[in-house]
Order: sequence, then structure tokens, then C-alpha cells
Amino acid sequence: MLSFGLNVSVADWTVAGLWLAVIASGLYHGANPGMGWPLAVSAGLMERSSRALLMALWPLWAGHLLAMLLVMLPFALLVTLVQWQRPIQAGASLLVIGFGVFRLINQRHPRALARIRPTQLGLWSFAVAIAHGAGLMLVPIYLGLCRAADLDAGHTAAGRLINTNLGMAVLVSVVHSAAMIAAGGCAAWLVYRYLGLKFVARSWFNLDAVWAVSLILVGTIALVISLTDASHA
Amino acid sequence: MTIRPDPTFHASPRLAMEAPPESFAYTLLLSPDFSKPDALAVIDVEPGSPTYSQIVHTVAMPNKGDEFHHFGWNACSSSLSPLSGHAFLERRYLIIPGIRSSRIYIVDTKPDPRQARIHKIIEPEEIFKKTGYSRPHTIHCGPDGIYVSTLGGGGKDGTDGPPGVFIMDCQTFEVLGRWEIDRGPQALHYDFWWNLPRDYMVTSEWALPPQFENGIVPEDLLSNKYGHRVHFWDLSARRNVQTIDLGANHQMALEVRPAHDPVREYGFLGVVVDTTNLEGSIWTWWREGGKFHIEKTATIAPEAASKEQLPPLLQGFGAVPPLVTDIDLSMDDRFLYVSCWGTGEMRQYDVSDPRKPKLSGSVHIGGIVRRTPHPNGRKYAGGPQMVEISRDGKRVYWTNSLYSTWDDQFYPEGMPGAEVMANAGADGGLELAGDYWVGFPQGYRAHQIRLDGGDCSTDSFCYPSA
Repeated sequence: MLSFGLNVSVADWTVAGLWLAVIASGLYHGANPGMGWPLAVSAGLMERSSRALLMALWPLWAGHLLAMLLVMLPFALLVTLVQWQRPIQAGASLLVIGFGVFRLINQRHPRALARIRPTQLGLWSFAVAIAHGAGLMLVPIYLGLCRAADLDAGHTAAGRLINTNLGMAVLVSVVHSAAMIAAGGCAAWLVYRYLGLKFVARSWFNLDAVWAVSLILVGTIALVISLTDASHA
Repeated sequence: MTIRPDPTFHASPRLAMEAPPESFAYTLLLSPDFSKPDALAVIDVEPGSPTYSQIVHTVAMPNKGDEFHHFGWNACSSSLSPLSGHAFLERRYLIIPGIRSSRIYIVDTKPDPRQARIHKIIEPEEIFKKTGYSRPHTIHCGPDGIYVSTLGGGGKDGTDGPPGVFIMDCQTFEVLGRWEIDRGPQALHYDFWWNLPRDYMVTSEWALPPQFENGIVPEDLLSNKYGHRVHFWDLSARRNVQTIDLGANHQMALEVRPAHDPVREYGFLGVVVDTTNLEGSIWTWWREGGKFHIEKTATIAPEAASKEQLPPLLQGFGAVPPLVTDIDLSMDDRFLYVSCWGTGEMRQYDVSDPRKPKLSGSVHIGGIVRRTPHPNGRKYAGGPQMVEISRDGKRVYWTNSLYSTWDDQFYPEGMPGAEVMANAGADGGLELAGDYWVGFPQGYRAHQIRLDGGDCSTDSFCYPSA
């Protein structure tokens, strides 16, 4: 009984930590100028209206959300293969690490991104999130949440599990994107209203290396957790 | 790649105007008889410096006969475009095309402009092979690389297929290929520029290589065979969306100068000569209701002259045409500078109302007939030609040469290279600075000028000044 109680509290703590990671990664993505808040500033200034700035945030949000979903959905289906859960989790972690290493070595921006029209903000936001592996960063966190939910519910029928996992994917994407657009929107509003355009250049740090390292870090943590879990099981 | 954006990248034209003034002026030197290699001169323009208005460094090229004309930076303020994600490039390399050889030199200006050196040479064969174009001309740093306009198509004389624009990688300088997907009726090329957030490009027309390489062809000019159209393009779709003919008598539509502030959807175009009356003209184009429009908004009259005052080419006309060979727009989009290379005048127009330019300043120097000397007493051969404005709009620099073979036709007495500067008043007015005179080495002519940290004909901005 005692050990069971302990398990639950550890699981709760893990779940809380994972949700925090979903929100934190959203804030991180949103504050990064490379994910689009300067486009909202530009829209506001070009149209000379704060409404144009707010309107630009919608497609940026939608594009990011869609990119997250697209990357997570295949995993939502995969994790229903309960007996393969650990290899899948390890594989996903390795994928994230691998993409991080690739970004670290090759920091060039795909030229295709520059071909997107300035008016296609949603498409741009989607493409830029995919190209930078923003969705991949969420996968290990998402898989952790799926496992926690699964442990909580006990082993259930595959059909229900798919629904649970799909629901979780949607929830994780929505929460993450909401945090992303909240941070980006705040940055855009501050620059538009108070800080001035000088801040666009001033705020823009080269996060390419940090971004790549973040991917590697998230992947490694997830890999270590899934391996230690496996050894305990 | 850097950690922070280059400090010479500015989000808006206003921020560029507030930035520290220029310290160096890079100027292209050409050997008009091809006896010496062309070169890049680095000129000290910092007032009070002991070497003020002198060449402090020269980068000589390893080849002869390149014929330098225009050049540009590998990166500019357009790198701050929120779309392209190139914020961490450096404004560091000058891209210098030879319009006669089709060779392109990449010159590294860091860490010290006084030690600038050749970084890479792109041989003509690479350009021919990858683009089918020849005679590279105007350089702009764009959303997905360096855009280069060309004057010639394929083949020996550059008439095999139309000229166009190609793209180079902004870090490796590899030639990537043609830009156009659908060029529509465009068959000639000269200058180009754009409005990045509004996603359009404007291109102009000079002539095909046989019409300029061995000098101006008078029969072609008199039968209106030089370029007289302007083309508007969908930038990201790489498609010609509209072509406007200015009328065949408006020969040689050259420099394209859009307003720097991207919220303003208009710009200017200079036309060298009207063959019906020898006038030079300024045109204003604008976009309204999704369509482009253009109209002639200023004309400059020829000046009467007797036959013996004129070179053989012009003797039949009894007048000297102004020959509007370059125009440049100040960073605040308020003053347009117009070079009258024939009459020897630099004009300043107030274009606050872009469709009603008002003459607000003028200085005379050189000229086919007037031959006005510099205030320092020196003889200035040729006329005002390539003009460049400081970011803050207070100083206007220019040189005297147009193009090797054309110089000889219009100014047969020779044309030693010269570069001068005029101070512009805050509300208009122009006055030559007595203490700015750059002497160039014997046998060299001077062409385009670029200022360190960007100038009024390089940088494109993605945010409005408001």
C-alpha cells in the first residue's frame, strides 16, 4: 500500500513537470523572433493599426498548432502498440537527438522558406515550425504524458487508448501553441507599442545553436528516463 | 554567422538615418583601354581624418578587361526580414561584377576596410553554364540570396536568349540559377529593385550588348531601338505581372528607385533621353488598386550649343542633351538626386509629393559644353554620373564616368577619374564641398560608390519608419 501511494505522488509530480515543459517550450518558441512575432509587428506598422497586429497572431498560432499536431499524430497512433511502448519512446528520443545534431551541424535556413508570400502567415508559421523541428521537441514530453495517462487508467482497450492519445495530442498542441502565441504576442505588442523597432534587431539573438542543443537535451532526458524505467520494470 | 544581427542592419529607414555616419566610400575603378586590371578603391570619408578624401587602400584584380560598373553587398538591412531568417549574416563582402568579362569578384572588407582583399572569384563560365545569362550588373541582397541582374543572354555577343536575374547563395557565393519563372514580354534588362513586404519587383531596360559594348549606336538610338519599357513582377511567384511601355521615344529607362519606406508603394525611374526633343525625364510609378501606373513627372531640357562645341556624335543636333544617367533617392524618400551627365548638372528634387517633383537644388560641374570646374579650381571632365547619398541625407557623393566606350564618344578629350561631394541642406539646397576631391591613379576612371554600413541604393527595409 505504502509503495502504491508513493508511486502515485511520483506520477503526479511527473505529470505536472511534463505539463510545465509543454508550457515552457511554448513560451520559448513564442519569444524566439525566428518563430514570427516580428511579422505581427510588421503587420501592425504597415497597416498602422494594432488590430492588424492582433489579426496576424491568429495565422501564426494556427500554423504552429498544425505543425505540432502533424508531428505528434503518428506517435499518437504508434503508442497504442502497448508492448512496443518503450522502443517507441527510445526511438522517438533518438530521432529528436538526431535532428538536434543535424541542426547543430547544418544551421542553414531552407531557401524554400523565403519563397512563401509575406501574406501567407499561417503557411509560413507552419513551415518554419516544421523546418526547425519545433514539433519534435514536444514528442518526448507528449509520450511521457501518454504513458502517465495510460498508467493512471490501467491498460484499456486499444480503441479507447487511441482516443485518449489523440485527445492528449490535441491538448498538448493547443496548450503549447497558446503559450507560444502568448509569449510572441506580448513581445510583438511591447515592441509595437513601447520599445520601438530598434528592439527587433536588439532582441534577435542567434538561437540556432541553443535551439539545436535544446532538442538534443530534451531527447537525451527522455531517453534516460525511458531506459531507467525499463530497468526498473 | 554571428550571435547578434550586424549593427549596420536597420529595421526601418529612419533607424538607418539615425545610425553613425559613413567612414569609408568604396569606389570602382576601371581601366577604359583595358591596359590595366580594374580595381576597388577604399576612400577615407571621415571628416578631420589626415587622409580625408584620399584613397587609403586599393584592391587590384588579377584580370584585365572586366569593366567594373555597379556593385553591392552580400547582406543588408533586408536580412532583418521576419520572413527570411538571415538576421545573422554580416555586411562584409562586396559583390563586384565585370560587365564586359561576366566575371564576379567577392571582396572581403573585414576586419579592416584598409586591408580589403579578394575572397573568391566566380569565373564567367560558371555563370554562363548555370544561368544562360551574361554581363552581370546590379546587385541586391534579397530574401533568399543575392540577386544579380544581367544585361546579356547566352552566346558570344549575349543575344542568344533574353537577359534576366539570377540568384547567388549569400554565404558560399555559389551561383544557384535563374530567378524568373515567367518573364512575359521582358527581353531587355538593366536595373531592378523591390518592395519586400509588398512582394513586388520592378525592372528596367537599357539595351543588348551589341548596342553598348562598342559604344552607343546612333542609328539604333534614332530608330528608338534602346529599352523603353518597365516591368513589374510578383517577387515570390517570380512572374512578370505587368509591362508598361513609356513610348518608344523615351530611350533607355535606367535606374529604378522605390521609396525606402515599404509602406509607400511608389518609386522613380530615370529616362536618359527623349529622341523627339533630347529631354531627359523622371517618371513616377505607383501601385493602386492592385495595378501599377507610371507617368512622366519631370523633364529636363537640352541646352543649345554650336557645332564646334559638340563631339561628332551630337553635332547634328545643335544642342547638348541632359542625359539622365543616374538617379538616387534619399533615405527619408524626400529628395531625388538626378545626374545630368551631358549638361554637367546635379539636380535635387523635393519629391515629398512623389508625382510633383519640385526642383530644390542644383550644382553645375563639368558638362560637354559648360565644363564647369570644381570650386577648388580643378578641371572636372565628364559630368555628374553615379550618385550615392549618405544615410543621413547630408552628403551626396558622385563620380564622372558612364561607361568606357560611351565616355569616349561624349567626352572625346578624355576623362580622368574624379569623385566629389556636395552638402545638402536639411530643407533642400546643394553645395559642393571645397575640401572633398578624390584624385585617382593615372589611367583610371571612377564608377559606382558604396558607403560602409549601407547607403541609399543598397539597403531594403522590411518595416516602415512610422
